[in-house]
Amino acid sequence: MSRGRLPAVLVVPALVGLAFLVLPLVGLLVRTPWAELPTRLFSAGVGEALRLSLVCASLATVVCVVLGVPLAWVLARGELPGRRWIRALVTVPLVLPPVVGGVALLLVLGRRGPIGELLDSWFGVSLPFTTAGVVVAEAFVAMPFLVISVEGALRAADPRIEEAAATLGASRWLTFRRVTLPSVMPGVVAGTVLCWARALGEFGATITFAGNFPGETTTMPLAVYLALETDPQAAIVLSVVLLAVSVAVLASLRDRWVGG
Amino acid sequence: MRALLLAVLLVLTGCSSSQGQEPTRTVTVFAAASLTEVFTAIGKDFEAANPGVKVAFNFAGSSALAQQINQGAPADVFASAAPANMQQVTDALSPVTFTRNQLEIAVPKGNPGKITGLADFGDASRKIALCAEQVPCGAAAKKALAAAGVTGAPDTLEQDVKAALTKVRLGEVDAALVYRTDVKAAGAEVEGIDFPEATAAVNDYPIAVLGKAPNSADAKAFVDFVLSDRGKTALTNAGFTAP
Repeated sequence: MSRGRLPAVLVVPALVGLAFLVLPLVGLLVRTPWAELPTRLFSAGVGEALRLSLVCASLATVVCVVLGVPLAWVLARGELPGRRWIRALVTVPLVLPPVVGGVALLLVLGRRGPIGELLDSWFGVSLPFTTAGVVVAEAFVAMPFLVISVEGALRAADPRIEEAAATLGASRWLTFRRVTLPSVMPGVVAGTVLCWARALGEFGATITFAGNFPGETTTMPLAVYLALETDPQAAIVLSVVLLAVSVAVLASLRDRWVGG
Repeated sequence: MRALLLAVLLVLTGCSSSQGQEPTRTVTVFAAASLTEVFTAIGKDFEAANPGVKVAFNFAGSSALAQQINQGAPADVFASAAPANMQQVTDALSPVTFTRNQLEIAVPKGNPGKITGLADFGDASRKIALCAEQVPCGAAAKKALAAAGVTGAPDTLEQDVKAALTKVRLGEVDAALVYRTDVKAAGAEVEGIDFPEATAAVNDYPIAVLGKAPNSADAKAFVDFVLSDRGKTALTNAGFTAP
């Protein structure tokens, strides 16, 4: 069908759908106190929350890459019994309400949790209410994004090149490093960026598991939520910052998502 | 696909028919998180005394509720845990103080952190939860700590009093400053420790019908019910004190 003759039955709901997704963001921009933006951005609390958000999201992403890429490889190439079930389990945090993830983390890694209790008595480490706890919460929620992205890329890659490398005498580890990984690099990069963006926006698991303390666990989304209680203007400013970061992330993935 | 459509249709028609069958009027009450248990009970009493009227509650931190109301949330009644949050609501009609609450130290059962008083809240080696200063229980905690001359060393500033209590219930913190009524509502999992400085931070709870209330007649009836002897008794039993 030519472009000019789309049926109205489809065009009208499509336009409503577009408006529904875009208008709230436009509303946010319209209500933003642009004149005060610079002073508010450089006020102590905001800078601290932004810095903490960037640091925690980046650390969480490192954790996700270190653990997630091998996991994706196992899912794509490993001959495991029940691999489909493992993949389903890996995907669960993707659809699980983050606050439920936070509750689960608290019950396992909290002071009274089976693993948390061991960490506490062996190493004197307690994750809740610490920056490390924020990283754990964010990694839990964000890792599936990376695993799925990398696994998809691995499945699309041609395994015959790896076989060729193996017949030429390369070890499996060398093959992985020099052949497999470079061939799926775009998938790894895209997954890493998505993972980072998801970690940056994480709220529910963080406030449930890591609590809220300025400079330690108050990330941007938590700061937005608490600012809304007393100072909606500040909440709007913080929201605009997060929106800008999200748009920047999408733009960096333009080949994938914005490319025609 | 067809089954999905059918399911959607069923849900839609199901919703509309159930609305059509019972011509109930609804009073929407926005109430502070600390009122959750007692207002739920009062709401049931009120519904029993007023057939055909349903009470719908929205419990959250008072400041969040005040913001929601100012943004046009369709509330009939606002019950706040602090006068300051009532004053933020531009639309409240002659608020009255209906009850009072004071802080108590909440510790997990058995008091594993050996907390004895407010002085322990300045001890950095103990895990402590307070409410964020933006919500009334946090403002009250600040006053109480100041009265005791203690610089608090909290590990987390929770978004409302119930969230602070939950951290105690789960044993994740050694102590939290919450309302006496919350300790009472939590039952055997949580122990309460009174402290003398609590009287320096008593919270007045105002209640008001809202000017733009969609159902102002029933809203007024609900407020009167809370102020009646039955409402007072329920509040006293929950650990609140008379104004």
